[in-house]
Amino acid sequence: MFDTLPHIYALICLMIIGSVIAVETRDLLSTVISIGAVGFLLSLVYLMLGAPDLAITQVVVEIIVLVTLIRLTVTRDDTTVDEHRDVFALGSGLVFGGFLLSASLYCLQDAVGFGRPLMSVSQGYLNNALEMTGAANVVMAVLLDFRAYDTLGEATVIFAAILGAYVVLRRIGRKHDARDVPHS
Amino acid sequence: MPRELLPYFLAMVLLVIGLYAIVGKKNVVKIIIGVIIMEYAVNLFLVLIGYRSGGRAPIVTKTLNEDPQRLREFMQTAVDPLPQALILTSIVIGLATLILMIAIAIRVYEKYGTFDVSKIRKLRG
Amino acid sequence: MRGMSLIVKTVTRLVAEFITIFGIYIVLFGHLTPGGGFTGGVILSCGFILLTLAFGKDFSLHVLSKRAAGTWDSIGALAFLIVALVGYRVGSFFFNLWAEPATFKLASAGTIPISNIAIGVKVGAALFGGFMALAVFRRGARGGYEEDE
Repeated sequence: MFDTLPHIYALICLMIIGSVIAVETRDLLSTVISIGAVGFLLSLVYLMLGAPDLAITQVVVEIIVLVTLIRLTVTRDDTTVDEHRDVFALGSGLVFGGFLLSASLYCLQDAVGFGRPLMSVSQGYLNNALEMTGAANVVMAVLLDFRAYDTLGEATVIFAAILGAYVVLRRIGRKHDARDVPHS
Repeated sequence: MPRELLPYFLAMVLLVIGLYAIVGKKNVVKIIIGVIIMEYAVNLFLVLIGYRSGGRAPIVTKTLNEDPQRLREFMQTAVDPLPQALILTSIVIGLATLILMIAIAIRVYEKYGTFDVSKIRKLRG
Repeated sequence: MRGMSLIVKTVTRLVAEFITIFGIYIVLFGHLTPGGGFTGGVILSCGFILLTLAFGKDFSLHVLSKRAAGTWDSIGALAFLIVALVGYRVGSFFFNLWAEPATFKLASAGTIPISNIAIGVKVGAALFGGFMALAVFRRGARGGYEEDE
């Protein structure tokens, strides 16, 4: 397989530019469209890193994120962000960001090089997945047989998040004199 | 910064952009965008760790199974399947928590009439 | 949420069934090709969201009401738990019964296709229910929002 490194660098740099545009622009519609572009570029990066399941999932999730964000922002009256410069918030954001970047420069020295993974556990999964489970998709075998307990936890998290969304958006009473849920 | 650690550093830059959006912005929609960018950055970092250069995707095809020599070679050169399995569920969980965040943002807008976080602390109900 | 124009409605009528069948294909063949339960569930909910956007929320609440979405969500979660406990009687938690070395058929790999179907149903119903909870809010008279049901 050809070496995809220059493509990955270019795509990640495009993602960084897109996310800077998404954060800094004043129009909410441009923000949402830039986030959509960042998500689709991320799906391309997943495809080049040898993860086709992730690429399909990221594309479809990005479409739903776009639809939901447009539902939130564009159907309002005020779609431009007018904020005066808050020096304290800007400064604190830059301080936190700078601290995290320099800490990561120091901590990444011990990381494995890109392209030579450790695979202390996964080599066993790759060797045995076909005989022990009979599934040709090794990622699914890891997710639903070798690490099925983690999948139970993740299904619980999705359940709890959607349940929280139901509870937050709940009303009691009729439509005309609807009142909020009383605090108990 | 050695050349082979540069993709990790770029993923960290993306994380810092998301963090700056959460800490330094006052519009609720921008804060939600910051959380989304941080989720993308973390998922990207973990998938970058599992990449093997010159590797192929960890899916066995029928023609690969019939040739034991190519099968052994596949097992030595395939991409790491464990980070991919964990990030797959993480992407869908990111979508579910985004729905929860947007539900809270809708209630905030309904109660205060604005998306500005600094005004929310001053007005009372 | 109102529907959209006639062109969108006609195209949606043709396309929504293909999206659903594509989602079911990705869920069922999850152990052989890329995809699986999570991916297929998100595609299924995407098909329902397309129906909501094109025809308005009253139509899709006829197809799958909010209570039905919650019920299917819980059925998917319970099916996944039952698969876990069935393995418990034989060996450990989530033991993969009926597993044999690779045959590349649709009905192979033990409990993995059953788990895929359970998770596909669960994720599809949960995300559709969450989107419906967001969609039934609309702009009220005094500028706020009220529930429209």
